[in-house]
Amino acid sequence: MKYRPRTFLLEAVMIVVAIAFLFPVYVLVTLAFKDPQQIANKPLGLPSPPSVGSFGAAWREAGLGSALLNSTLITVASVVLLIAAGSLAAYFLARTATRLSYGLYILFLVGIILPFQLGMIPLYKLVDDLGLLGTYQGMILFYTGIQLPFTVFLYTGFIRSLPADYTNAALIDGASHLQAFMHVIFPLLRPITGTVLILNAVQIWNDFFTPLLYLGGSGHETVPVRVFAFVNQYTSNYGLVAAGLILAALPILLLFLVLQRYVIRGFASGLKG
Amino acid sequence: MTASAVLVRADEAKRTRRRGGIVPPWWFAVPAVLVYAVVVLYPSIAGAGSAFTDWSGVGSARTFVGAANFKQLVHDDQALGALRNTLLLTVAIVVIQNAIGLLLALGVHTRIRSRMILRMVFFAPVVVSPVMVSFLWKFVYNPAPDSGLNAALGAVGLGGLRQDWLGNPSLALWSVAFTVIWQCAGYSMVIFLAGLEGVPAELHESAMVDGAGTVARFRHITWPLLAPAVTINVMLSTVGGLTLFTQIIAMTNGGPGYATDTLSTVLYKQAFVYGKFGYSTAIALVLAIFVAAVTFLQIGYLRSRETTV
Repeated sequence: MKYRPRTFLLEAVMIVVAIAFLFPVYVLVTLAFKDPQQIANKPLGLPSPPSVGSFGAAWREAGLGSALLNSTLITVASVVLLIAAGSLAAYFLARTATRLSYGLYILFLVGIILPFQLGMIPLYKLVDDLGLLGTYQGMILFYTGIQLPFTVFLYTGFIRSLPADYTNAALIDGASHLQAFMHVIFPLLRPITGTVLILNAVQIWNDFFTPLLYLGGSGHETVPVRVFAFVNQYTSNYGLVAAGLILAALPILLLFLVLQRYVIRGFASGLKG
Repeated sequence: MTASAVLVRADEAKRTRRRGGIVPPWWFAVPAVLVYAVVVLYPSIAGAGSAFTDWSGVGSARTFVGAANFKQLVHDDQALGALRNTLLLTVAIVVIQNAIGLLLALGVHTRIRSRMILRMVFFAPVVVSPVMVSFLWKFVYNPAPDSGLNAALGAVGLGGLRQDWLGNPSLALWSVAFTVIWQCAGYSMVIFLAGLEGVPAELHESAMVDGAGTVARFRHITWPLLAPAVTINVMLSTVGGLTLFTQIIAMTNGGPGYATDTLSTVLYKQAFVYGKFGYSTAIALVLAIFVAAVTFLQIGYLRSRETTV
């Protein structure tokens, strides 16, 4: 396939589509760099001169520093637990063919389809009863449980495609099951662990509803919850709100730019099943 | 997520005997099963159970009321409207998001020089929190005639099309749908791209030698081989559409009036605004049965399509 006039035409069309696609981003960025005077006078024009005052104010007013810390802590801890518990369970499920392992596997798969709204209210009461409302632990427990079906599903499929011989050698050399898993099996799972990590991290980092419910007013709010409160408070100050949204989205976008090859591949392979 | 693949795997699990080797101990599964049981299984069963009670959410006092909540649901105009909205939203999202995702994938799967940067541009909104994307679109939908989308329409001479995008009850639902489609089209695109990569180039080459045009090659080669990607995309966008919540709460909170309420927002309001936990879980149970039924019907249909090609 060579680059022909038709390819050029397609390229032009796709670039025009991309520019139209980016229109909301243009609106956001220009708003953030305008002062209120400019927003009133030329709502769609370029900011001239650009003012950066909104960014500092938005950072302070939205409390983004501590929110970023909360989000990072909750996301990292949940993903680590998901990888540990998910890969161990999947290894058992993939390597045994008993009624128990088959039943457990189906039980996990059911969780992929079950809408979380069904258990939402009893779980809220349970978290409250356990004294975990407003705590990091409550959120980490929640995300580990809710994301486990998908994690187990990805790991089990991958482990089934691996030959079983590796561990046998280690076990015969006198290693315990856990040692054999950690030193032989787990390193072999690196490709799928990358996918599990990316998919779960994006999901957990961006979640809004559960942290709103469990963390609202606790001082442990994650970025989406803090931004929600901030936007509702400064609803008519467009420049400030736009700057806050940019600052809040920037960390995950930067991470995406650095990891974009793996993120896109992870999404595709994770969902191809 | 990939419910069709899920069923395939389930078949495999049943057939596959352990391929030699030493069996891992059962306690490897214990931590995962425990957490899953506490966070998903127990609450879901309890939720299904309290759908038949008058639980107020305060304390544990509740009485069994049989099907009363469901009878109430059938006569609840707000809930029925929400059901209608949920279905309309889902159909719009499934059809338009996947059509756009497919077109984008076909576009960036070619030899155009900007394909890598275009993939990044179209995919980037997927990694941003839905609540932030919703606020971004509130700027775009600003009702003032010289702001956001309205200003852009005016600038290109289409000023007559200016609207109060989120304030007009007959338009608001579609405005929300469009936001979801804008954010998730890149997600569909990536899955279609993964599917396109599995289409052997030789098939296209030999068809070209036989004189098949672009459209014929798409119809007879690409489209049938994309069937698994279609299945996954349709399933994901269906479940996403049926359970849509965040974007509505952030953009319209169900308004104006009840014009953008969905089953998810209504059950949330019944529980946490009106304190009717029993009634709320009844709506959630209806939603769950709905999702399960639609998912299984789709798996049956879409998988038969996959195997007959």
